[in-house]
Amino acid sequence: MTLYLLCFLLFLVGLYGVLTRRNLIKIVIGLSFMEFSIFLLLVLIGYVKGGEAPILQPGMPATGFVDPLPQAMVLTAIVIGLATNAMLLAIAIRLYKKYGTFDIRKINQLKG
Amino acid sequence: MEIILSVILIFMILGAIFALHAKDLLSALVSMGIVGYGLVICFLLLKAPDLAIVQIVVETITLIIMVAIVLDSTRHELKEKAAIRHDGQSFMNTRLVGNIFIAVFLGLVLFYSFRLASAHLTEFGEHGLRMAGAYMEGAAGKTGSVNLVTGVLFDFRGYDTLGEATILFTAVVGVLTVLRLKGKHS
Repeated sequence: MTLYLLCFLLFLVGLYGVLTRRNLIKIVIGLSFMEFSIFLLLVLIGYVKGGEAPILQPGMPATGFVDPLPQAMVLTAIVIGLATNAMLLAIAIRLYKKYGTFDIRKINQLKG
Repeated sequence: MEIILSVILIFMILGAIFALHAKDLLSALVSMGIVGYGLVICFLLLKAPDLAIVQIVVETITLIIMVAIVLDSTRHELKEKAAIRHDGQSFMNTRLVGNIFIAVFLGLVLFYSFRLASAHLTEFGEHGLRMAGAYMEGAAGKTGSVNLVTGVLFDFRGYDTLGEATILFTAVVGVLTVLRLKGKHS
């Protein structure tokens, strides 16, 4: 339970960063911290004590592995996280080119 | 095992806090690297080598892109920050009580929801393979892959992976569109 709590703390740190930082790059960093904590939580839930990595070997019974399902889902989530990060950074570059700063208090002339 | 993971996680949290408070964007990115690569070590300890490989590649790519973006702008940004600090301070003082109240309230609500959510989780390391059993039963014969994670990704849940590829394609198209747009004044 300690580990789950620490994961939750990492999520809170990311949320704090997203809510309070004024720099676009730091907001992106906070979002990726939230992603990291969720990945780690899912893999932690799937861990089995004394389990092996889920790779079969000839002549070995298919037991004693950690759960492969969360790992497969987190693998998908990591790649999607890369895609969202790239998208956010592209928008940050555009805003920097137009306003000359990453400070979100100065980026206040967006028209709908 | 649990103790080692806890220590790495505490280091990751410290790195995260430093990354959000660093004055220099470049050092913020380096501390973000601490968190990302700490996650890689956690994956290795949790017996997830595929995830560790993917995470190390993704983290490196993200860091390179972000450093390339930040290197254009850092010096300019430092001057801006020093100028803004003064009015930021007075604004903080007037709203301080309200902000503290909101923060404590939000923290309590989030902690309560964490307690609710984690009440039904199994303890660390005592997870039962109820769902995974169907996937692991004779998986090598069904999918032809000795790696169970690969078997799940590319065979049992192949459509999910197709969707993932679509998302990647959409992201690439989006990035190209956003970066190639011509603004009115640029």
